[in-house]
Amino acid sequence: MSGSTLEIENLHVEIEGNKILKGVDLTIKGGEFHAIMGPNGTGKSTLASAIMGHPSFEITEGNVYLDGKDVLAMEVDERARAGLFLGMQYPSEISGVTTSDFLRSSINSRREEGDEISLMKFIKEMDQALDYLDIDKNMAQRYLNEGFSGGEKKRNEILQLMLLKPEMAILDEIDSGLDIDALKVVSKGINKLRDDQFGCLIITHYQRLLNYITPDKVHVMMQGRIVKTGGPDLAKRLESEGYDWIKEEQGIEEETTGQEV
Amino acid sequence: MTVDTKVPYDNEYINQFSQANNEPDWMRELRLQALKQADALEPPKPDKTRIDKWNFSHFKHDAVDADKITSLHNVPADIQDVLDLDNVPENVLVQRNHMVAYASLKQELKDKGVIFTDIFSALRDHGELVKRYYMQDAVSFDEHRFTALHAALMNGGVFVYVPKNVQIEEPLQVIFWQEDPETAMFNHVLVVAEENSSMTYVENYASHNDETETVANIVTEVIAHDNAQISFGGVDNFSAGTTTYVNRRGVAYRDARIEWALGQMNDGNTISENVTHLIGENAVSNAKTVSVGRGKQSQNFTAEIVHFGKESEGHILQHGVMRDRSTSIFNGIGKIEHGATKSKAEQESRVLMLSEKARGDANPILLIDEDDVEAGHAASVGRVDPLQLYYLMSRGISRAEAERLIIHGFLAPVVKQLPIESVKNQLTQLIERKVY
Repeated sequence: MSGSTLEIENLHVEIEGNKILKGVDLTIKGGEFHAIMGPNGTGKSTLASAIMGHPSFEITEGNVYLDGKDVLAMEVDERARAGLFLGMQYPSEISGVTTSDFLRSSINSRREEGDEISLMKFIKEMDQALDYLDIDKNMAQRYLNEGFSGGEKKRNEILQLMLLKPEMAILDEIDSGLDIDALKVVSKGINKLRDDQFGCLIITHYQRLLNYITPDKVHVMMQGRIVKTGGPDLAKRLESEGYDWIKEEQGIEEETTGQEV
Repeated sequence: MTVDTKVPYDNEYINQFSQANNEPDWMRELRLQALKQADALEPPKPDKTRIDKWNFSHFKHDAVDADKITSLHNVPADIQDVLDLDNVPENVLVQRNHMVAYASLKQELKDKGVIFTDIFSALRDHGELVKRYYMQDAVSFDEHRFTALHAALMNGGVFVYVPKNVQIEEPLQVIFWQEDPETAMFNHVLVVAEENSSMTYVENYASHNDETETVANIVTEVIAHDNAQISFGGVDNFSAGTTTYVNRRGVAYRDARIEWALGQMNDGNTISENVTHLIGENAVSNAKTVSVGRGKQSQNFTAEIVHFGKESEGHILQHGVMRDRSTSIFNGIGKIEHGATKSKAEQESRVLMLSEKARGDANPILLIDEDDVEAGHAASVGRVDPLQLYYLMSRGISRAEAERLIIHGFLAPVVKQLPIESVKNQLTQLIERKVY
């Protein structure tokens, strides 16, 4: 086996008493790229947030394991150090903390004390990644996400992904709000990490991202569950035919979990 | 302890004290007059902070001898921290208790007529000049009991004078080191910039009396004549035993500019007032303060800019972090007097509370007596945002480190403004020590 394995078993998640996820099962192995698609409000982002440990979500049932380790028992920072990464849909803005200082702290958090990355090496790696993602070098000295455009925030998430090199990444609507050029750049960054070790779960509404990043498996989520799984062709069919045929096939009338998320 | 702010010293004591320092007659008379009025005057009433239980009467006043400092490498570590010893500052004065323990000023500046000396030497050597400004244009001795006590008992401080058209690039730095734990510091700082001059002045207050009670009563007057520029940096770091009243007041004439950057890091109860009067047309002041509260201390911070001159501009930025059971009131006041047309007043007060028991209160106040002006304010009091913590932690950063980053980030806009690198670093370290 190469890389890490993320196992999600019968996951149930609530927010303020509302049941959002109603039993999600999914296994992603190192080297695999999975995509979760589905209409709005079906629980896709909740799945991403719950795995990372977002403070607003409550897990009422089920398990998440990374290489057999109980992810749900870990603090958020421990999950990250164990190898998980979440590219967020709405990253926080943090005033007074430069993107560069934040990145360095993040890199050093997974290294031993006394073995921190040297400033030279850090700057070199960061500059390379900035160039690769076609990001203005000034961004490194700007406060983290403060005043960033939607596109800049998404690129910054991918910048972090490239520098932190996690075992397993979840990308939550990393394509939303991006124009076609930005989408290509972001895809280029994600594809660069692709090897037989790195696992990735891509959450998206749109098939267009999957034109640039070919998934190994495509899952469709409705009513807080995965209702269908297929290969890259499934995404293409959803693009041309929409979701109605799946609803029909599954006997689903209302695809959302009963509320907007 | 009940309220007792009566002056524990009499005329005879003041006379002797003044004579022992060879003060000019006017100074002795000012002291005696102030002493006479002190009991009749009320203490100041800081908004929303009760000070009646604070210690204002338990202190020693008698001067304590202190040794000269032969090398800046021989001072305590926390005082060394504010000095850049790899690059020893050329214009620096260290006041140890009430004595000048170390002083240096570049010959080039002396030749240009710059005065940078302790207040007693200034009274002897530049008596008329000091008399012209001492408690005249900025602070009056009879404003309230504390200003009167200050005038009566003044026992230290510095005089800084920059003549017309003299521009000083390098900072003038003063360290007020209260080594004796019992003796009160009635410090007077007088900074005067003549027309078209410019300077950067930085002061650091430090004491080490965690248990022993005493008082600091500090008055600072900063005068910027037409088109003068003063950048004033200060870091207050009195220990928990010291009750502090500090009043820093500026007066800016036509086209003058006063920039304040204050690190309010005392551990004891504190009233800190920073008021600037924009007298002349087009005068500008920026007041940036950063404060940390911890333990059980109570603090009251006022930053106020009063506009008299047309097209004058004032910006106030206060950031404070409160932990433990500390309480702090932040008053940001912009006042535009009638006739100060086209003036601009902005103020922002932000408080971050780190514990359930900490209390912070931000009061932005605009008092405007003129129509044709621009004014705005913003205030917030809150706790560390859990989503910000989540975001930082999701990258592997521990909770403690994430909080540290958020707090630093919160205070950074002010810390960055401090005019001397070593002081900026010291303030950063101080914040680090006080917040964790």
